[in-house]
Amino acid sequence: MRFSIYRYNPETDKKPYMQDYDVDVKEYNCQMVLDALMAIKNHMDDTLSFRRSCREGVCGSDGMNINGKNGLACTMPLTSLNEPIVIRPLPGLPVSRDLIVDMSQFYKQYEKVHPYLQNNEPLPAKERLQSPEERAKLDGLYECILCACCSTSCPSFWWNPEKFVGPAGLLQAYRFIADSRDTETNTRLAGLADPFSVFRCRGIMNCVDVCPKGLNPTKAINHIKELMLAETV
Amino acid sequence: MVKSVLGVNHRGLRDWIVQRVSAIMLAIYFVGMSAYILTHPQLDYQTWHSLFSHAWMKISTLIFILALLFHAWVGMWTIFTDYIKQAGLSFLLQILVIVGLIACFFWALQILWGI
Ligand code: SF4
Ligand code: SF4
Ligand code: FES
Repeated sequence: MRFSIYRYNPETDKKPYMQDYDVDVKEYNCQMVLDALMAIKNHMDDTLSFRRSCREGVCGSDGMNINGKNGLACTMPLTSLNEPIVIRPLPGLPVSRDLIVDMSQFYKQYEKVHPYLQNNEPLPAKERLQSPEERAKLDGLYECILCACCSTSCPSFWWNPEKFVGPAGLLQAYRFIADSRDTETNTRLAGLADPFSVFRCRGIMNCVDVCPKGLNPTKAINHIKELMLAETV
Repeated sequence: MVKSVLGVNHRGLRDWIVQRVSAIMLAIYFVGMSAYILTHPQLDYQTWHSLFSHAWMKISTLIFILALLFHAWVGMWTIFTDYIKQAGLSFLLQILVIVGLIACFFWALQILWGI
């Protein structure tokens, strides 16, 4: 199987370039894109750099652009792809080396939404309880693995990565806004009401299209907008 | 219009509301106008003139134009802040658009009340 992979080592290369590899996927028993990348690294070219850890769609470290679409290399079956399989780093973020991008901007936006439970009421003796219905509101939100596939496919995030929180951050913002145990809902909403943080989302839905966990950031974003509206009228 | 829990910096929400509300007003006027034109196949200058000589028609047209201008402003501002990264140029373009839109408003006034 033929692969065309983005290569760039800032220490030795003036410019990024694409390198072709012909991988014997039968010989190396490759099912997913990540298996093929591992085969290249272990048997053909150990200078190829990429991140990976769990190899089963849990850690979120191997987000990359495969045949033009962001996804996790470890959950993308080779049989679903046309050759040559073109692999690039996630778009829009600075490239550190080959398929490894600098995620600082992404994490900065994540940090902005205070992604942790805030509750100013006295601590209960045991634990803060939720009804099954309240708990159900967090479904489709808590599963995010922060792979950044969504935010790096979002044009609004490409143009304003320092001001627009992006789909991943906003999904987490809503995860805590929707949590019945969190008491900072209004502060959270107020922190997002400027023209960029949430409102730069134009509903393009690239995020929904690429999310490897099947989550829907656009829906969460619309809920945030609706709650703001409800708070003001 | 917008009070409270959201604090002072809620311009994003305001612009968003402006854009949605103005879009609804544009749609209403557009549908009304289309219906009028479809039900008057033999539309001549006289009918058209008398339609616009009613005060209610002038006012609804003016509201339509205001909605159009606000809608255009929010849209243009968004485009500039997305694509023009050079602060000076962006500022200049924003001023030009504002001046242009205000000019359109007065021009529309002049046309409508000149009928
Ligand atoms: S919402 Fe989906 S695509 Fe975005 S970071 Fe979370 S898991 Fe990845
Ligand atoms: S729906 Fe919003 S957040 Fe998702 S890709 Fe589009 S603009 Fe970005
Ligand atoms: S290696 Fe962990 S998500 Fe792919």
